[in-house]
Amino acid sequence: MKTIRVSVIGFGAVGQGVARVLIDKKDYLEKMGLDFKVVAVADSRTAVIDDNGVDLSSVLVRKQNEGVVGSEKITGLEIIETIDHDLVVETTPTNIVTGGVGLQNMLAAFKHGRDLVTSNKGPLAMKYCELIEAARAGGSHFRFEATVGGAMPVLNLAKDVLAGNTITNVEGIFNGTCNYILTRMTEEHAPYEQMLAEAQELGYAETDPTYDVEGIDTACKLVILANCVFGMNASHEDVTITGITKITPEALLLAQNEGYAIKLIGEVNDSRINVSPKLVPIDHPLAVGGSLNVASVQTDLSGPITVTGRGAGSIETASAILSDMISIYRD
Amino acid sequence: MRVSMDIELKDIPGQLLLALRPVSELKGNLISVVHHHEKRTPRGSIPVQLVFEIKPDKLNDIVSSLEESGIDIVRIDEKRFFEHGAVLLIGHIVHTDIQDTIDTIDKTGYAEVVDLNLSMPKINMASSASLKIDAISKEHMESAIALLREIAKKKDLLVIEPIKSIGVA
Repeated sequence: MKTIRVSVIGFGAVGQGVARVLIDKKDYLEKMGLDFKVVAVADSRTAVIDDNGVDLSSVLVRKQNEGVVGSEKITGLEIIETIDHDLVVETTPTNIVTGGVGLQNMLAAFKHGRDLVTSNKGPLAMKYCELIEAARAGGSHFRFEATVGGAMPVLNLAKDVLAGNTITNVEGIFNGTCNYILTRMTEEHAPYEQMLAEAQELGYAETDPTYDVEGIDTACKLVILANCVFGMNASHEDVTITGITKITPEALLLAQNEGYAIKLIGEVNDSRINVSPKLVPIDHPLAVGGSLNVASVQTDLSGPITVTGRGAGSIETASAILSDMISIYRD
Repeated sequence: MRVSMDIELKDIPGQLLLALRPVSELKGNLISVVHHHEKRTPRGSIPVQLVFEIKPDKLNDIVSSLEESGIDIVRIDEKRFFEHGAVLLIGHIVHTDIQDTIDTIDKTGYAEVVDLNLSMPKINMASSASLKIDAISKEHMESAIALLREIAKKKDLLVIEPIKSIGVA
């Protein structure tokens, strides 16, 4: 049995999802010879530390009831720097202006030679090359499948599974909120504002939806794809972005009459990184509805490979993190 | 442009070569030749269908060359546009002179707006339009859409194009 000492930094929806899957998959992981022992959990205000392994179930209950994970006043960054462990699971919220605490956490983890798995796309969209270099210098494994497309495998698909292929183009729907709003506008023939309000009520959209509906979230994911899959050194200023706020129900109807759906499509290839609403033939694999994500990877040897799945959600995103954790330590 | 032509050949050796030579000499691109040897016409000649691509200004030369060789031309069909594309516009489409928007595409000579559906919900609200564009080739379609993108930028219209993996067809 290989024991891996883990810290979970950030305990919002994704961090809690990671705790749940680690509890649920304990036997499964043991059969693989892996024991992920969580020695520290931190949220934005508190932390809980136990060298013998934190009881994740009681941390989840405490977070639910009291809104905090513990009583220790130690920050995530301090945990990364001072507590002896192997792997940091970084699930703090995304900040694309400064990189937020996530960036500091990641750099500190690599400085101390710890491996890192993250769902936080902000730092990667801003400082990709710097982070990759820091991980290399620290001898750290660094995986971030959860940053693009949630449960839907894209990065590992393009990098590992399709190894040997040259990827010439990736396009798809990388934001479930926009897909939900556009799908519902088409179904109800309702204006954007009304379906945004519905999405907010159902928790699919944030109170301030700018990040999603203006295409910024999609742009960040494209930057990660561009850097990771196409070997570029891009940041989100390199993306041309048009959001969905100007889409009218009439346009959706006209498109439908011509056999198209309108989707917010992100596209990366050697010549451009672009986010904009596009016409997708309704029988095309990219025309998925609801809040689904989809990506079509164009390869030289295999032609197009299309994957679709849930792009967000606590357990779904945690599944991508778990798969990264396993792939680091399996062999 | 692509031309489809029905001709009739005398049943003597060398006639087919005689018919194809002007196409190649005038730098045409032969797409298909169907030689109906078994379907003789009442006049005893052999019907042949040719399809080729040629610059529009060279077609007359081909026709005269065939006629000089004594080949009967039964029918000529030209088709200019092979690419069909759809594009959506959103914004103040009418107030920003829709005629001008269409003319800019039509004036290119390589692409035309062939259909327009307009939806205007209320005065002062953005309208939406679907445009169908025909173009000579894929490259010409891309240029036409690029041109439309430029006009739209000036007129503050949103252009919604088809995704890349289906091209612009």
